[in-house]
Amino acid sequence: MTTVFAVVCIAILVVMAIALARAFIAPTVYDRIIGINMFGTKTVLFIAAVGFLMGRPEFLDIAIVYALINFIGMVAVLRFFEDTTPVK
Amino acid sequence: MAELINLVLLAMLALTALRIIFLKDLFAVIMLFGIFSFLSALIFINLDAVDVAFTEASVGAGISTVLMLGTLALTGRKEKANSHSSFLPLVVVCITGAALIYGTLDMPDFGDPDNPVHQHVAPRYIEESPKEVGLPNMVTSVLASYRGFDTLGEVVVVFAALIAVLSLLSIRKETEQDASESGLKSHHVLHVVAKLVIPLIILFALYVQFHGDFGPGGGFQAGVIAAAALILYALVFGLPNAFAVIGAKFLYCMASAGVLLYASVGLFSMYKGGNFLDYNKIAAEPLAGQHYGIIIIELGVGITVFAVMLSIFYAFSSQTARSNIK
Amino acid sequence: MLFLDVISSILLISGVFFGLSGAIGIFKFPDFFTRIHAASITDSIATILIVGGLLLQTSFDLNTVKLIFILVFLMITSPTASHALAKSARHGGLLTMAEAKEKKQEKTG
Repeated sequence: MTTVFAVVCIAILVVMAIALARAFIAPTVYDRIIGINMFGTKTVLFIAAVGFLMGRPEFLDIAIVYALINFIGMVAVLRFFEDTTPVK
Repeated sequence: MAELINLVLLAMLALTALRIIFLKDLFAVIMLFGIFSFLSALIFINLDAVDVAFTEASVGAGISTVLMLGTLALTGRKEKANSHSSFLPLVVVCITGAALIYGTLDMPDFGDPDNPVHQHVAPRYIEESPKEVGLPNMVTSVLASYRGFDTLGEVVVVFAALIAVLSLLSIRKETEQDASESGLKSHHVLHVVAKLVIPLIILFALYVQFHGDFGPGGGFQAGVIAAAALILYALVFGLPNAFAVIGAKFLYCMASAGVLLYASVGLFSMYKGGNFLDYNKIAAEPLAGQHYGIIIIELGVGITVFAVMLSIFYAFSSQTARSNIK
Repeated sequence: MLFLDVISSILLISGVFFGLSGAIGIFKFPDFFTRIHAASITDSIATILIVGGLLLQTSFDLNTVKLIFILVFLMITSPTASHALAKSARHGGLLTMAEAKEKKQEKTG
């Protein structure tokens, strides 16, 4: 089972790296936000998987915090957008 | 395996930092700063520093991103073109960096058990704290009991930060006609989901507050998470509605009440005949006294941090609201 | 015990597969609205599969509850965030591929 967890962790790291690349090089600002949002959700899964890999299930608490903060960050970013873009 | 993960995370961290330097769009910079905090929290997790990771994730990625976005709404999105030559700063940075790298050569190896940090007070905490304090989470017993006086200082610093922010920016309560509408007014899905999610966040904050003796967490993290719940409310439903839930005056009272609660535990233990913050004297048995003392001071820390974070957010975003009206 | 391990491995690996395909999708798809479609759908399915796979590895205690909490929370917030982002992009004046093409034709023709 440890091998499966290790494979899962590495694969999620790869996904995180690709999402990060999208956040670095993005055609529009909105694409950047997609990359960041995807990075956030995958991080939550990564922490959960690492917790099982290392046998430290209390990592799940931090996974929950990540999920909360990711959502609040998204809302803050969108609020900023809607406030600063002129209404058409 | 852990080393591989560490290496990948450190590489991502370095790349993010480099990208932040070369980006001109400050809005993108702030979002990447959020990722930077997330990545450093992941590295802390990988090093088994769960409590530090908790704080970094909630404060660094959550509250600071929101506050920086609030500042950006006041200032503007583009970085100004730099007219100075950057040759001299480059030389200075290179020399400083070389000196720092040279300094690391004298440091003990990564994870070396003979490292002075592991030889100083850590063995005593690890061996004695189950007998002296009796909490499963050693970080909490060091933070709240052995170094209770330091933590009192930290709470006072947080309180002082509130005073500093308020002396620069005041929280302006908007009147009815110029109350700016939340920009997310047409997002109906977001409204429904926020109503669903906010109670869950507050529930989790309470769990972190009172479970901090047994697992990762404690007053600092719980305060920040609870403040994040109300910040979400203010973001989605607009500032005037948030003022109706918790007013600024009430927050000032809460912020000072938390510090006073903490300090009064110290005074109470002096009254019982011990030293300042000597929890052993609070109850009849030393261990029970430690438990009561730690729970109460963590509560004080949580209240202060919650009130301070929320008032700082109020101060920032009421400025933004006012500048939008003008 | 072994049976559960096999099922959870299958769930985990398929979850990772969906995650990877979503990550490729946000680079390969032609415009913003197709890319957000790729990202949000694979995010949801990967979350369900991976958390489901991890759920089978717990021994029905506090960790199970926390995992379910994570699952529920992500299932509520992740699609909401995608929806709100797409709506903001629309509000900010971003056009779909077909609309952009139409506009181009109008200009030239």
